Amino acid sequence: MTAATEAFRHPAVRNRLTTRQLPKRAGLYTLIGAFILAAAVQGLTGFNWFALLALTCVFYLPAIYLLSRVKENRRKALDRLIRSLVTVAFLLALAPLISTLWTVVSKGLGILNWEFISTSGGAARINPDTLELVSSSGALQAIVGTLQITGLATLFSVPIGLLTAIYLVEYAQPAFWLRRTVNFLVDVMTGIPSIVAGLFAFSLFTLLLGPKAFSGLSAAVALSVLMIPTVVRSCEEMLRLVPADLREASYALGVTKYVTIVRIVIPTAIAGIATGVTLAIARVIGETAPIFMAASFTDSFNANPLSGPMQTLPVMAYTGYKFPGQNIDLSNSQAWGAALLLVLLVIVLNLVARIIAMIFAPKTSR
Amino acid sequence: MSKSNGVAKSISVKDLNVYYGEFLAVHDVSIDIAPRSVTAFIGPSGCGKSTLLRTLNRMHEVLPGAHVTGEVLVDGDDLYGAGVDPVTVRRQIGMVFQRPNPFPTMSIKENVLAGVRLNNRRISRSAADELVERSLRGANLWNEVKDRLDKPGQGLSGGQQQRLCIARAIAVEPQVLLMDEPCSALDPISTLAVEDLINELKDSYTVVIVTHNMQQAARVSDMTAFFNIAGSGKPGKLIEYAQTTTIFNNPAQKSTEDYVSGRFG
Amino acid sequence: MPGRPTPGKPTQGKPRSGKPNAAARTRPADRVFKFLSTSAAVSIMVILAGVALFLIIRALPAITASWSTNPELKSGVTGGFASFWAYVSPLAFGTVWASVIALLMATPVAIGIALFISHYSPRRMASFLGYIIDLLAAVPSVVYGLWGILVMRPFLLPLQEWLNAYLGWIPLFSGKVTSTGSSILTGAVVLAVMVLPIITAICREIFLQTPKLHEEAALALGSTRWEMIQLCVFPYARSGMVSAILLGLGRALGETMAVAMIISPAIIASFRIITEGENSQTIASNIALNFPIATGMQRDALIGTGLVLFVISLAVNMVARLIVNAGTGRKKVFWRKEKVSTS
Repeated sequence: MTAATEAFRHPAVRNRLTTRQLPKRAGLYTLIGAFILAAAVQGLTGFNWFALLALTCVFYLPAIYLLSRVKENRRKALDRLIRSLVTVAFLLALAPLISTLWTVVSKGLGILNWEFISTSGGAARINPDTLELVSSSGALQAIVGTLQITGLATLFSVPIGLLTAIYLVEYAQPAFWLRRTVNFLVDVMTGIPSIVAGLFAFSLFTLLLGPKAFSGLSAAVALSVLMIPTVVRSCEEMLRLVPADLREASYALGVTKYVTIVRIVIPTAIAGIATGVTLAIARVIGETAPIFMAASFTDSFNANPLSGPMQTLPVMAYTGYKFPGQNIDLSNSQAWGAALLLVLLVIVLNLVARIIAMIFAPKTSR
Repeated sequence: MSKSNGVAKSISVKDLNVYYGEFLAVHDVSIDIAPRSVTAFIGPSGCGKSTLLRTLNRMHEVLPGAHVTGEVLVDGDDLYGAGVDPVTVRRQIGMVFQRPNPFPTMSIKENVLAGVRLNNRRISRSAADELVERSLRGANLWNEVKDRLDKPGQGLSGGQQQRLCIARAIAVEPQVLLMDEPCSALDPISTLAVEDLINELKDSYTVVIVTHNMQQAARVSDMTAFFNIAGSGKPGKLIEYAQTTTIFNNPAQKSTEDYVSGRFG
Repeated sequence: MPGRPTPGKPTQGKPRSGKPNAAARTRPADRVFKFLSTSAAVSIMVILAGVALFLIIRALPAITASWSTNPELKSGVTGGFASFWAYVSPLAFGTVWASVIALLMATPVAIGIALFISHYSPRRMASFLGYIIDLLAAVPSVVYGLWGILVMRPFLLPLQEWLNAYLGWIPLFSGKVTSTGSSILTGAVVLAVMVLPIITAICREIFLQTPKLHEEAALALGSTRWEMIQLCVFPYARSGMVSAILLGLGRALGETMAVAMIISPAIIASFRIITEGENSQTIASNIALNFPIATGMQRDALIGTGLVLFVISLAVNMVARLIVNAGTGRKKVFWRKEKVSTS
């Protein structure tokens, strides 16, 4: 009788596959140990959240490596080290996100009230009770400006972007020069720095209309340059996802090409297109430099995008810090208020995009 | 909308060559298909039977570079004559595809009406309801879906979806119905339902069906055309075209016999 | 299928469908729609040409002018430079320098995050974790600027003092250490946070595309996860990773607000990263800071620097796209081979 069958008849108490292996929760215990050690060091040097976490990492990484090296082997130790490192990398990226959001909320919440949203800043007026000159701190002009400029940019970009995507997907032959050129240029356009888009709009409008040609329209043109490639790419991707079967089914019913595109292809892809456009809006709504170049900035209310400087939330956040008014604290808190409003807008837009995608996605999937 | 059921037309293919760009996919096919009959195209993969079928309503042109030489006459009118609009051709010659493809954004009812609505034909509500019922009854689907006409077409089972596609195709009252392996994505029970339907359809339509399944060809068709290919990269050719019983019991060509008896392909 | 010469004889002569009498067969509405979509595609070319053209028209006078004699250019924001090129060179250097520092910090972290999401985190969490990282990209740059001023500057100050005190003999950390934190290092850290999500997103996509069969083969040989990644994922993803980094570089080069708000610069070419008032400046930030106070001709000079930035980031993006396209081409061939071998 061989040793193998002997072992089979009388199974050993210990599974030999588990030898030379750290216990299941070794990583967790090491982490807790590292944390306690870090906390102890903090007790000596003074407390700081970030330093606590950083120290925990500093203690944990070599500890887990050495433990595994001793008990397991070099390969497993390296594997554990890398696993810990990539996890740390992820947590490291969370730190600025949380810190940014926390800072914006804590700094901006103080000023964010109905008056901030509903009145326009700049125009100083006399308080009838105290007869003192008070400057209003409102952001209405920036909210209106942001909505108008982004709305106009969307109005320019979506038709051009969607039609270009339709050309690329539905009409162009794969090897045709125009298709290849446009494809390449859309990539090039994706890489235009935002400030260059602003300079372009400024140059265009000053050359056409003269030196003081700041306007919301000009800023919308600048944003369109940034928005069009994003819209083209997301629409293109969504149109390509529409199964060729559906187009064929439509052609086979004797439906013309453009009716097929407008009534079958686009409705099938509409959720994806809407999501893509919403995300593109969310991306440009926070642009500062191009709007600053093209629409300048102002504290007074201007709801006419065709002429005159126009304020937007990102520019308000910037100028509130860089070019504060006489009351520096007020300017700074206005900046934070604008930043908070902007972040809220962006988050809402992102959520809307997610919701559109979620509501419509299951129906179109096969 | 007043066409009677007597619209079925004959098809006559003369010396047809089908190309994809420079590549010759189907070589020199001539075939006559009688009205109100079921004709099956059989043959091994890549022999050009689906390609030939798609030339019968000019669907092959959807692929860039595809073109034909030769003639396809439908009751004497050349489909490829100068100035013939492929869109008009497709309105008269319907097609059902391999995989069921109801429009995902439309309800069952809208799917049936798609051909009419998308061609911008005005149709009254009562006429539309009547057309929906007539087409769904024609596709043996009415009893299963009459209570949920406004539900999405994609909620149906695969076999129901395929019959919905057939209803959609016959709602535009075509003269010819082309079917490209209509049962290959279906389970046996749904296949049986579609085969029963094909048997009924031939009373009013000229039906041409491509199939990989020889039992199916034997069950549903009156005439059978066997296609073969000499090798990869060679064009497909029509080998034999005869009564289905002849093809399966007493074929003239050796390769036909080999194929239908399962010795190759 | 091979495009071999046709063996068949075209019996009827000319082909009967395809190109001929296309006009007769196309309906008017169809033609209008095709015209609209084609002109939208052409408009992309027009817009891009317009961007280049208008920038050149505005910038050309300032580029060709004599800077030492022109009354506008020899004073104010452009004062003290012999020519346009003397003005733009240190700025171009600063742009690249700040971006490179940012990338050096962002790349390892970004690749680590991408690996964490694609190969270490639980599969059903992956899209959620990816969404969190995408949120980093959604935060507007001006908000990062404010955050950098308020949080990052004081946070990094002790580190910079330490670097200067103990490693000051390295030219990188030499000079008079910043007292507010407005150094190029602080700016680069914020830049790194901003390019992080871009690099992560692309790397994550590519890592997820690694053929499952290869990964399983490596694991079946008894490799640890990290060995599997070295063996299968990195070789497969190499070109994609390079282009992801280059696209991140493209983003960093053009980033304006965060840098403009944090760094307190001078227009000099300097490698020092923890000084203030004597470190390099980037093109975009220089435009943003000086544009409102510049006069006509000075604005033209600034537009000229913008043109240079456009050219630099164009070059970087094109190289990145070329690598991506070469990479996907290789992938397609790869995929086709697999298909053939299984059929």
